[in-house]
Amino acid sequence: MMAKCPVCGGEVNVPDDALPGELVEHECGITLEVVVDGDLVGLKPLEGVREDWGE
Amino acid sequence: MGGVRLLLLYDILRWEEKSFIDTARKLGVDIIPLHVPTVFGKVGDKSLTGVGEVDVALQRSVSFYNSLESTILMESYGINVMNKSYTIMTCQDKLWTTSLLVRNGVPTPDTYVTFNHDTVYRIVGNGLRYPFVVKPIHGSWGKLLALVDDEEDLRTVVEHRSFMHNPMYSVYYVQELVRKPGRDIRVFTVGEEVPVAIYRYSDHWITNTARGGKAVPAQIDPELEDLALRAAKAVGGDFLGIDVFEHPEKGYVVDEVNAVTEFRNTVAVTGYDLTRKVLEHLISVARE
Repeated sequence: MMAKCPVCGGEVNVPDDALPGELVEHECGITLEVVVDGDLVGLKPLEGVREDWGE
Repeated sequence: MGGVRLLLLYDILRWEEKSFIDTARKLGVDIIPLHVPTVFGKVGDKSLTGVGEVDVALQRSVSFYNSLESTILMESYGINVMNKSYTIMTCQDKLWTTSLLVRNGVPTPDTYVTFNHDTVYRIVGNGLRYPFVVKPIHGSWGKLLALVDDEEDLRTVVEHRSFMHNPMYSVYYVQELVRKPGRDIRVFTVGEEVPVAIYRYSDHWITNTARGGKAVPAQIDPELEDLALRAAKAVGGDFLGIDVFEHPEKGYVVDEVNAVTEFRNTVAVTGYDLTRKVLEHLISVARE
């Protein structure tokens, strides 16, 4: 499905089977996080996680 | 391997979580992804969460609080979560981890603790010598570590910490600087096995791959295997990433233990299917 980048307004191709929390890289350079609210699928800029586990 | 219902708790869908979903489906495991930031539920009654009958759960939340608290919630429903809340909590707290390792005879770098900005100066000369490393008791990816070469460095670190509002920064977790051979070792334990390990090479004293350390396949000798399993037992963990230093005098020492570990770089350089290994272990746990 196609969605709009909340940062640049450009089109973003979101996989039909995307899950909430899935990350989508956009050509404008932003990393977007898939947000699902009922049947609605949206995008928001990835804010990152402050507390974490690493490799 | 069908017939097992696996709950995947996550917040951000990284490479690892996608790999678990894809591999579980290939194995015929009924995997149920649960996005922790949008979950709500009543303690002890799972009906609000939408979580049905599950055999076992895998905790994969990046956020420590998401991982700990959602594990505790799932445990209130009697769900067996890997890793369990006790392990997540102990591994998040470096002092707790070190304490459990030491009490279980697992070698660690010499570690000192104090609870006040002024008292940290008194550790120096009473066992601790420059240079050393000051670490936050919580956190990973090598963040907020400070290398202290002399008293002026220490004064700077103390002054900065004294202006931080989080009381965590008045706890000083101070470790000898281990003169590593340009690398450390990330060892993975799954159940009672040590299937894979990597060296993390870096010219910097912080060697995390999240900080640019280069991953290379590592040999697992019997001593390293034994050390990793004893560390895993000390924190009660099932799937762990254990950071090991090669200490020039003491040999292998365990620096940290990660209870929700990343492993994409490990898979990339070793070719080892760690995702499948973890899923197979979970399936065996579910069938016990």
